[in-house]
Parts: sequence; C-alpha cells; structure tokens
Amino acid sequence: MEDIFTIANKNFNSRLIVGTGKYKSFEETANAVKASGADIVTVAVRRVNILDKNQPVLMDYLDPKFITYLPNTAGCFTSEDALRTLRLAREMGGWRLVKLEVLGDKKTLYPNMIETIKSTKILVKEGFEVMVYCTDDPILSKKIEDAGACAIMPLAAPIGSGLGIQNKINIKLIKEQSSVPVIVDAGVGTASDATIAMELGCDAVLINTAIAEAQNPILMAESMKHAVIAGRKAFKAKRMKKRRYGSASSPDENLI
Amino acid sequence: MNNLNMAKIQLNGDSYEIIKGTNLNELLGKLKIQKNKVAIEVNGEIVEKNKYPNLILNDRDKVEIVQFIGGG
Repeated sequence: MEDIFTIANKNFNSRLIVGTGKYKSFEETANAVKASGADIVTVAVRRVNILDKNQPVLMDYLDPKFITYLPNTAGCFTSEDALRTLRLAREMGGWRLVKLEVLGDKKTLYPNMIETIKSTKILVKEGFEVMVYCTDDPILSKKIEDAGACAIMPLAAPIGSGLGIQNKINIKLIKEQSSVPVIVDAGVGTASDATIAMELGCDAVLINTAIAEAQNPILMAESMKHAVIAGRKAFKAKRMKKRRYGSASSPDENLI
Repeated sequence: MNNLNMAKIQLNGDSYEIIKGTNLNELLGKLKIQKNKVAIEVNGEIVEKNKYPNLILNDRDKVEIVQFIGGG
C-alpha cells in the first residue's frame, strides 16, 4: 500500500528527513543518508573557504539532482540573517522549499517565535515554500500555519540534545489541529523516539545528531529508517485500547 | 604591474587583491570555483548568475561567496 508523503505539492517516499551536519567526513555523510533512505536532506549555507581551493564540497557527495536539498537557516538569530541566508540559497540553485529556523538563545537553541513568524510571512510573500522550526506550543504553531508555512516542525527537545519527545500531548495537539504536515524536528535521540513521533501521527521526523553522533552512524541511520516506518504503520493500524488489568490471549474454555 | 592596476576588495571577510576591471566570472575563475555551486553577494546585494560577466568589482567592494555545507 502506497503511503506518499507530500510537502508543498511535492511527493516523497520516505518520512525521514536527515541533517548532514556533524559527520566525520562527506563520505560518511553520504553513506548515512543512503542507509537512512531519506529523500530530503537539510543543508546549511556558509562562506566558501577561499584559501583551501581543493576542499571537497557537499554537492560532490550528495547530488541535488537525486536528493532534495532543504536549505536551512541554522545559526541565524535574527530575521534579517535568516532571510539573507535563504535568499542566497535560492540563488544557488533555485530552491524554493526551505527550512526556516530563527534561534532565540545560544544555550538552549530555542527558537525565537516572534522573529520566526515575522520571517515566515516575508518568505511566503517572496514565493518561498517554508517549513518552519518552532516550539511545541499549539497556539504559536497555529500562528505559523496562518502565516503560510507549508510544514510545521515542532521540537521534541532542544536541538542536538537527544532527549526524546518531552511533550507528547502538545505534539499530538499540534498534529490534530494542523492542515499542513507536522514534522518532529530536533531532540530525537534514538530509534524509539522516532517511532513515538510517528505513532503520535506526525507526518515525518527530521534527525541529524542522533545519527551523526551514534558510534555507528550508518547502522543508526538504517535503524531510524525502520523506526519511522514502524511508527507510521503502527499509527495507521490504530493501536489497541489500553486496559488497566490483564486480559488473557489464550481462550479460557476447554482447559485441561 | 604596479598598485595602480590593483583593487582591494573584502572577500568573505578578508582583504583580497584583484586586477582592476575584474568581473565576477573572472574572480570565480581565479579562485577555481564553479558558479553553479555558489551564490554571491556584492555589497549586501545578491547577484544573479547571468550578471556575473557584467559586474566589475571596484575597490573596497564587499564580496561574499557562499556554498552549501553539511547542516542539521
């Protein structure tokens, strides 16, 4: 049975989006992305190293013709910086589908939602398809949807923390009220966290550090692929009701 | 060649000398950078790729050349 994942009218097979930061080499990045089965990878925009002309570039390892590049604004603390970054990203290769994150605090890397909402409106007006990183607050995530975001990306826990989903109730509330895809972004630590996100009904999960910082990133990438599929299938299968007491699986009749 | 033929620009935050009259295409060629893998800003304004040959760099221009790198 086909289970296509659609963002901004584009169809994808995988519901796992992976980041490409923190790997030991581009080769490892490419191998992890391959093992994850992801169709979309996030990428950052940075200055070219002018002095070292022979440095390898990401595009030589992950061809944007075959995998969707999702430019992000990681490291941006103001709306101006985020807008500048995404405009440059669009000029680089015509990317209109982008991930916006405007951070508010260096220690927690929590998003500044006021700047985020402001930036979303401007980007939408400029013709971008904006996937928006946000807090797990149902009211603010609704504001983001109203601002024209094509996907809402609430955090499970702080970026790179690996703490797993801290507020399942909020993630579920956000999913229930949203008419655009909801993607858990940030905070996933291991496979079960990704499965829980999908069991809650989320449309996809974005993972970077949990894969890149695993002792075996390639194996963890593969594990995340299966975790997302497992969670998605469990969600669609609709789980059994919980009971407070035991309920025997074998019949009580004809006992010897 | 004396200094009169040279212009000093700010390239990715550092001082960089070019021959006067150098355009963006020539700068990329000198830096051995493929233009389809980067985006360029001159004095805070993004320059479209088809305008690289016509954009002559002047003394004290601020040039930013960016690319995609790994990120989450």
